[in-house]
Amino acid sequence: MEKLKGVNTIMEEDQLKLTLKRLSHELIENHYPFDNTCFIGIQPRGIPVSDFIVQYMQSLHPECKFPYGKLDITFYRDDFRGQIHIPNITDLPFSIEGKKVVLIDDVLYTGRTIRAAMDALLDHGRAGKVELCILVDRKFSRELPIQPDYVGKSIDSIVTQKVKVIWGNEKKVVLYEGIS
Amino acid sequence: MHLSSKHLLGIRDLHREDITLILDTARQFKDVLQRPIKKVPSLRDVTIVNLFYENSTRTRISFELAEKRLSADTINFSASGSSVSKGETLLDTVNNILSMKVDMVVMRHSATGAPHFLAQHIPAAIVNAGDGINEHPTQALLDALSISERLGGLEGKKVAIIGDIMHSRVALSNIYLLKKMGAEVTLAGPPTLIPKYIRESFGVNVTYNIREALEWCDVANVLRIQLERQNQVLFSSLREYNHAYGISKKLLDSLDKEILIMHPGPINRGVELDSDVADSGQSIILDQVENGVAVRMAVLYLLSGRKESTS
Repeated sequence: MEKLKGVNTIMEEDQLKLTLKRLSHELIENHYPFDNTCFIGIQPRGIPVSDFIVQYMQSLHPECKFPYGKLDITFYRDDFRGQIHIPNITDLPFSIEGKKVVLIDDVLYTGRTIRAAMDALLDHGRAGKVELCILVDRKFSRELPIQPDYVGKSIDSIVTQKVKVIWGNEKKVVLYEGIS
Repeated sequence: MHLSSKHLLGIRDLHREDITLILDTARQFKDVLQRPIKKVPSLRDVTIVNLFYENSTRTRISFELAEKRLSADTINFSASGSSVSKGETLLDTVNNILSMKVDMVVMRHSATGAPHFLAQHIPAAIVNAGDGINEHPTQALLDALSISERLGGLEGKKVAIIGDIMHSRVALSNIYLLKKMGAEVTLAGPPTLIPKYIRESFGVNVTYNIREALEWCDVANVLRIQLERQNQVLFSSLREYNHAYGISKKLLDSLDKEILIMHPGPINRGVELDSDVADSGQSIILDQVENGVAVRMAVLYLLSGRKESTS
């Protein structure tokens, strides 16, 4: 991994897990018994978050079914000219027509990723309702009118900083000085 | 991650990583094409001209569909019925079109090297859709996608290319690609249609016995006999060609394994391929056509990323 400068850990592993569990409980509170709800992780970095949340909810409610898909937004980005992004797999093994869809991603920053995700999602059908679940919300940095429904942690940051969720042996969320 | 080249002029200029990148991207576009809404907005701000100086059905429709699926704006140009018949040069025609703010050019031309010439003179990205007897890169890429879908990869696979190797741009692009990806290649056909030093130049096997080639291979890519070259007397008659080099059901059934049959189209039924072979379960000819759209979407998508960022 690249050497990161000015690293601040904003969530340690224990806290990260607690937060993910809390998000799961909030989702359960609003969506139980999940008859008409599906969960969609945004490729690539939303997937570890959505994997954790869906698995945890499943362990709490083994009797329920959790339709779970992965959405790649590469072809819907508005910034791909500068740098070609390699597409990941879109895997939506169910219809979203009329469903309540919960989009899950790791960091919400400008809102452009979510804009692209909504466009990508609508190409798969007309969802009844779309909600957004975010692990880290970078406040006051939105470039589009998009707000999350479920927030793990809100942080203040400046443009030159970056936020990264690390899913190695030691899981944590860090804030560091970006190169650019 | 980018392609190493600004244009797609031929497989000759590509690296192995480029080919892998194009095929991986094409697989994702193939998924998009299975959806109810088969369109993505990636190339919304790109205008593409399809310049066809030579006839084409599949390639032209396939490129046009790929462009539309990517939401690009397209213009079609055929040499017949244009100012080309008034004597306008290739470069003048293209510069006139580009002055109307066109970003990419897809071109087929009967002259070998025409897209390479253009690439030196114009700023737009160029995709070669077949130039003379040189290359037809997107065909080789879609053939590679079709083979790897069925056989799970290209490395070490045995591919026989059968028929008119001499005049075939499909053959040349396929040879470049398959050798770069680590497949083995055997060329088969009449001696008059196989260039003399091709074995040494490309490290391929050559046989004049079609049965030998079929017994060896996993996949047979059968080329079209170009009827327009009949007057050159490279073989005595179509009937004799069919007898010696045509692929019949009987011949395939007599092999001790089931091989895949490919053909770039248009098929001369009863010449290089018998009808019952072309329509059999071993034939993946329509898979090739289907994959063509996804591969061309991948190429256009990856090349369009080279455009200067406006944001």
